[in-house]
Amino acid sequence: MKFGVIVFPGSNCDLDSYHLVRDVLNKEVEYIHYSEKSVGRRDVIILPGGFTYGDYLRSGAIARFSPVMNAVAEFADKGGLVLGICNGFQVLTEAGLLPGALCRNHHLQFRCEQVFVRVDNNSLPFTLSASLGKVLEMPVAHGDGSYYAPPELLEEMKANDQIVFRYTDQNGDVTPQANPNGSLENIAGVCNRAGNVVGLMPHPERAGEKVLGSRHGLIIFKSIISYLTGREVVRNV
Amino acid sequence: MSDQDLHRTLGLTDHEYKLITEQMGREPNEVELNMYSVMWSEHCSYKHSRSALKLFPTTSPRVIQGPGENAGVVDIGDGWAAVFKIESHNHPSAIEPHQGAATGVGGILRDIYTMGAQPVAFLNSLRFGNLETARGRYLFDGVVGGIGGYGNCVGIPTVAGEVFFEPCYEGNPLVNAMCVGIMPADQLVLGKASGEGNLVVLVGALTGRDGIHGVTFASEELSEESEEKRPAVQVGDPFMGKLLMDATLETIGKKLVTGVQDFGGAGLTCALTETASRAGTGIEVDLDQVPLREEDMHPFEILTSESQERMLLIVEPDKLKAVEEVFGRWDLKPAVIGKVTSGETVTARYRGEVVASVPAASVAGGAPVYNPESREPAYFRELANYDPLNMPLPEDYGEVLLKLLAAPDIASKEWVWRRYDYMVRTCTLQGPGGDSAVIRIRETGKALAMSVDGNGRHTYLDPYRGGMMAVAEATRNLSCSGADPIGITDCLNFGNPEKPEIYWQFSQAVEGMAEACRVLNVPVVGGNVSFYNEVQGEAIYPTPVVGAVGLLKDPAKQCVPALRRDGDHLFLLGPQEVSLGGSQYLKSWCGKVSGSLAEVDLEAERDVQDLIRDLINADLVQSAHDLSDGGLAVALAESCLSGRIGAQVNLAPSDYLPLALFGEGPSRVLFSVAPEDADRVSQLIMEAKVESSKIGIVKGDALIISHGDDIILKLELSAMQAAYEEVFSCIME
Amino acid sequence: MQWKAKVEVTLKKAVLDPQGAAVEKSLQALGYDGVSQVRVGKYIELNLEANDREEAAARVEDMSRRLLSNPVIEDYSYVLQEAGL
Repeated sequence: MKFGVIVFPGSNCDLDSYHLVRDVLNKEVEYIHYSEKSVGRRDVIILPGGFTYGDYLRSGAIARFSPVMNAVAEFADKGGLVLGICNGFQVLTEAGLLPGALCRNHHLQFRCEQVFVRVDNNSLPFTLSASLGKVLEMPVAHGDGSYYAPPELLEEMKANDQIVFRYTDQNGDVTPQANPNGSLENIAGVCNRAGNVVGLMPHPERAGEKVLGSRHGLIIFKSIISYLTGREVVRNV
Repeated sequence: MSDQDLHRTLGLTDHEYKLITEQMGREPNEVELNMYSVMWSEHCSYKHSRSALKLFPTTSPRVIQGPGENAGVVDIGDGWAAVFKIESHNHPSAIEPHQGAATGVGGILRDIYTMGAQPVAFLNSLRFGNLETARGRYLFDGVVGGIGGYGNCVGIPTVAGEVFFEPCYEGNPLVNAMCVGIMPADQLVLGKASGEGNLVVLVGALTGRDGIHGVTFASEELSEESEEKRPAVQVGDPFMGKLLMDATLETIGKKLVTGVQDFGGAGLTCALTETASRAGTGIEVDLDQVPLREEDMHPFEILTSESQERMLLIVEPDKLKAVEEVFGRWDLKPAVIGKVTSGETVTARYRGEVVASVPAASVAGGAPVYNPESREPAYFRELANYDPLNMPLPEDYGEVLLKLLAAPDIASKEWVWRRYDYMVRTCTLQGPGGDSAVIRIRETGKALAMSVDGNGRHTYLDPYRGGMMAVAEATRNLSCSGADPIGITDCLNFGNPEKPEIYWQFSQAVEGMAEACRVLNVPVVGGNVSFYNEVQGEAIYPTPVVGAVGLLKDPAKQCVPALRRDGDHLFLLGPQEVSLGGSQYLKSWCGKVSGSLAEVDLEAERDVQDLIRDLINADLVQSAHDLSDGGLAVALAESCLSGRIGAQVNLAPSDYLPLALFGEGPSRVLFSVAPEDADRVSQLIMEAKVESSKIGIVKGDALIISHGDDIILKLELSAMQAAYEEVFSCIME
Repeated sequence: MQWKAKVEVTLKKAVLDPQGAAVEKSLQALGYDGVSQVRVGKYIELNLEANDREEAAARVEDMSRRLLSNPVIEDYSYVLQEAGL
């Protein structure tokens, strides 16, 4: 089982994902430079947080034209697992691999804090270890995290069960106070139609050790691992 | 304009001009004079502070590199070293708060990785005028946005800081930025241009006209014309800063570079003359090779531009290709702009002609050292004689505490720090809001604690004691987390040193700091002096800011202010000698900045810090919080609020209430102990011969303070929380 | 031939524009009565090489759609002129 973490110019949470996979989950992981034309033989590709190209034009807008993004699109097409965290989520929406867009936080400020998100779809490789409605505590740290999708698209996403995480209070209730950035319907994370590409604004890789305040982020990585382990078992039979 | 007039326009005195001609052996040309003027400015030459700074102890068995390089380096065991420094960016922030603060952060970042260290944390110390004016709010909001904008983007967490508000900072806010890095101790690279024939390489952003004579600007008082000097403010590019940092560290890690120097104040001139003079070499540079952002720049502009995000590397010719490859991975193109020579002269050519040829050591270190006149200001004794105990007693101490908790100086700064990414790199074990931040070191299993402290009001009322207290408080904050202080860096913010009263404040404060460093056994390994913090002739409070770094051998033992368990015993450690002079109570409740400060007994301070660390290391402490602004009552409230649990405290009947509740003094720590450990702790306190008293217990969901048999204060957590946590959102939004 | 394109990118009407709202509030606070519908956008200026106006317009259209704006949330418009004019 191999993880790959893409390093774009300006990525800065690449280290955190790498550390979590290698040191906490004890899985194989390598960095993939943005200029690579292939993602190699890997099972999961993580697009990490950061400020690719300074996010100067729009968050993720330039990174999505990196050579490696064609390879990521092909990988996703073939059913490979792709996880975009924070800026990685923004890159995936810009690239059209995920629906919708991430706009400036409604209060116009960068916001770094612990939030609660509810798992609204637990049938994905990324969430299968969580019960439906499970509330996870994880940090957010972003300035452009307000999720938006036009009404028709949103309806379509709902029909396809593409809304994976919502910001809620501690009890799992969707409230305006629990929404850190003005996201439409408190949406914190979504998936593509096939369910093999997920993006979310909160940082599960920062919530993987007790000393950092929460271990709830692990459930996403553990889901991925048990999904892939299950698949390996099937393949080996 | 003759050179005689030009040197004055450039901020050099006639005497300094004469010195330059003596050191050069001839009259300088215009380009050379410009180079001298930036390097001999106060900002670069420390000409008014150098003699006083000699008082600081700068060595210890741990110190690998003291002051004089880009940053200080201290051994943290296991073959690793901590690298840190604090620097001011006050004047640029007064003119353009967002960019001024952002480039301050970028500048201090470069100072750290220039040495070969991976930056791991930012801290900052800020001062503003009051927030009732639109301009005050604009400056505050802009500075916070700028610090976050740069730090968040480069991916280094901003983990601690302080913010205070006093009318004296209205037109001249203070923005002091600190950065801490770590590295294998043998990876240290110095800013030296060694090795004749080695290449001088510039990499990073293009050179433009921004920031020309920024250092001269920083070495003058602010005036109404300052607004028109806006071009002197540089614009930061954190994206470029991040690429430059990663690539530079990679070339250092692969041992591809002989020397590294960042571009700070005074731009190319500073980088060239400092690297050459440190190595005792010369440099020949071809200005036509400097990649420019604007056409037709004059040679003096190229030599003094303060365009951000640039680095100077000294590279052996056969390693150039490898260096180019490293930078090329991030689309950066290093430019060879010159080479190291055997002489001790920096020579610059432009379009084939020599436009400047200066002795490196003279430009970089030949500025005169002044011993300015010093005079005790008239206010000093007058204010010290004021007796705050004559103030009428408050009727309701709860009301006083709520008012103090809601004072912007004391209130929760969450509105500020939630705009900083304090978690990126996933090493932040303790973020903002406590006594000190704690960052784990993955490579050694240990952790660094860090804190930044200064109290201008105290230093104004008594510069000597104020200086001592700044060092004492910064190190006490580390000790309260369980860490051993291993070094400090200081940022000395003062008015115009050519005024005898200001120089008196400065020299008194430095003496006090130096004395505290000696007794507490903590070296000063670097820092920065910022003079001329004046507007229309009115100086700021003398504001020495101390950034302290400590080593926590076992991060699991890390201690925080939050009270933990119902029934734990509360102890107050340290001498009970306190004063209302200069206190937050006097400022916020009585509207006065006056009185004399409490005595500082540095031996007692040392004993208190040693003891609290020992107790924490023996696993006997549940929580620990340094007592500072607002005294015991505020420390109790903060400990309750962060632990979300109440406390019941008894004051002795003999206590004078305002003093017991709100008096301020050094060397005091509030800590809590599990009931089963209380006897053991009392025993250890006695053996250590440190003053202490058991003042109450952790209990319930209110803070209740009684005086003899009377309950004199009772506040629910929710009431204190509302006062403490909502101030900035209300003011700023 | 050198052309200069001036591209304006604004949020679609349906998308909340918090910057616009903040500016509008400030303008009203400063006493500019009757100010409404404030929208904040981006302005991008660039020079490009093209044989004629039609080709230049086609290229600007393309780059506006692919990179300069995000069609999910933004609209764009541009003006084109011969460079140096």
